[in-house]
Amino acid sequence: MSTAAPRLATPEELELYEPVIGLEVHVQLGTRTKIFCGCPNEFGAAPNTNVCPVCLGMPGALPVLNRAAVELGIRAALALHCEVRRRSVFARKNYFYPDLPKGYQISQYDQPLAEHGWVEIQTPAGPKRIGVHRLHLEDDAGKSSHEGYRDSDRFSYVDLNRTGSPLAEIVSEPDLRSPDEAYEYLTELKLAMQFAGVSNCDMEKGNLRCDANVSVRRRGAAEFGTKVEIKNLNSFRFLRQALYFEIARQVALVESGGRVVQETRLYDPNLDETFSMRSKEEAHDYRYFPEPDLLPLEVGEAWLESIRSSMPAMPAELRRRFVSDYGLREYDAQVLTASRELADYFEGVVHACGDARAAANWVTGDLAALLNAQSLDIALCPVPPERLGELITLVQKGELTGKLAKEILPKMFESREGARAIMEREGLRALSDTGELERIIDQVIAANPKQLEQYRGGKTSVMQFFVGQVMKATRGQANPAAVSELLRRKL
Amino acid sequence: MKITEQEVRHVAALAHLELSGDELKRMTHDLDEILAHMDKLRELDTEAVAPMAQVLFPGAENSTLREDEPREPLSHEDAMANAPAAGAGHFKVPRVIER
Repeated sequence: MSTAAPRLATPEELELYEPVIGLEVHVQLGTRTKIFCGCPNEFGAAPNTNVCPVCLGMPGALPVLNRAAVELGIRAALALHCEVRRRSVFARKNYFYPDLPKGYQISQYDQPLAEHGWVEIQTPAGPKRIGVHRLHLEDDAGKSSHEGYRDSDRFSYVDLNRTGSPLAEIVSEPDLRSPDEAYEYLTELKLAMQFAGVSNCDMEKGNLRCDANVSVRRRGAAEFGTKVEIKNLNSFRFLRQALYFEIARQVALVESGGRVVQETRLYDPNLDETFSMRSKEEAHDYRYFPEPDLLPLEVGEAWLESIRSSMPAMPAELRRRFVSDYGLREYDAQVLTASRELADYFEGVVHACGDARAAANWVTGDLAALLNAQSLDIALCPVPPERLGELITLVQKGELTGKLAKEILPKMFESREGARAIMEREGLRALSDTGELERIIDQVIAANPKQLEQYRGGKTSVMQFFVGQVMKATRGQANPAAVSELLRRKL
Repeated sequence: MKITEQEVRHVAALAHLELSGDELKRMTHDLDEILAHMDKLRELDTEAVAPMAQVLFPGAENSTLREDEPREPLSHEDAMANAPAAGAGHFKVPRVIER
């Protein structure tokens, strides 16, 4: 039984056995309405209030395909470097479950919307391309609750609001070789979907769901082992944990002379184990056939091109550009492409000030700290990118010191004013008038004869003391480099 | 024979249908005749005809697509009107065992 399996496969075992993993990811498309009817596609409505005869599966009701669902599907396909088929065909996948009122899912079978794509992930051995086998459109099922009601021992409760929500199912090639690679793949895929405006990918709302196919084989073997499907990997952490567990289970099984059975298993995060759900053969006799109520979908060159031309740069491409064109560090490029909003904001700042490295420092440093402190998303940042750019420009021109700028940014954040308004109101500006600065330096030197003597006696570290005193006397408005320079001449 | 009783039993099970012994015989006989008729149709030369899965006629490219405009859903009461059992706004069905 599974309880005998070790929690993790040991390094020795992993030297002998190679895990082979493929992911099936369902992305809920961010349309206003469902895929085959005009019911609102929204999360959190009262149960069974966003339903109509089509999504309730009433006899005679006919599906009408939502153009926006197709467009978002195409955007998803392009974001994953897929080839979009000129013609794709919807098909019925027949099975019974209470949250599927039609008795079949409308999906795509032998002619999916798109095929042959890839996702680039980072591995310890360098970048690796994970193949995307196919991407197809389908309708979602409803939601069943098996717990939490007085009579839950006898009844399941069904809410059909989600029934008919548009999904893109994205099937990877079995190219993943570790739980970490699977984690990276899902991370990259999610980011691509968000950048392309396909979905919010909010996992708590079920926008992004993941199943995994896992097998192990002796290293060097050409054939794959028997695969097991793991369902309900609905968080990044669960995905990694469940894969670690399942690989260890299979290795232990094979090592002890057993055989892996092709089956579907469910991950239980509380016990950190997978459980057998049902044997696959019978349950997967879906009897697909072409959907008679929908015409084949035609995606002509003009439509495809108009969508292609509206695609933003993808995160991997942006990272490359940030490093090669802007001279950013790999790490900063990674941080700045964590979301499309953040990347757009950063580019806005660069555009306004012309100094990418300074922009990166401010956005990942002081600005990020201010946003974090208030748990604000960059999309709600009270300082627009042009204004942060202006602040950086003021430092570049010497009108502000770095220290003053750091004091002003939180005030911009609070008051939603520009840097100049705050400078004028509070009388903050860099002391560029050397005459005045010299006068202050003379005063500081005259007030500290003991330190002056030490310095002249050879103790040059006292210089720092003088710089500090001058900065204090000028309330940080002097340029520290200019102060040092003047002090060196005068002392 | 185009189809066996065993195949009919399998398809019936997938469709959640219970057939009595008599029904099983009758279904097998009927389905066998239907499939034999299909074989007759297959004698036609359809070399130059594109396969079609429905009798809808395509118009201009994707003229059958719908714009993404919300429509008023059914009222909750109407949606639940046919439910044999309901509670807490949900349809109630005999408990589904997942494992």
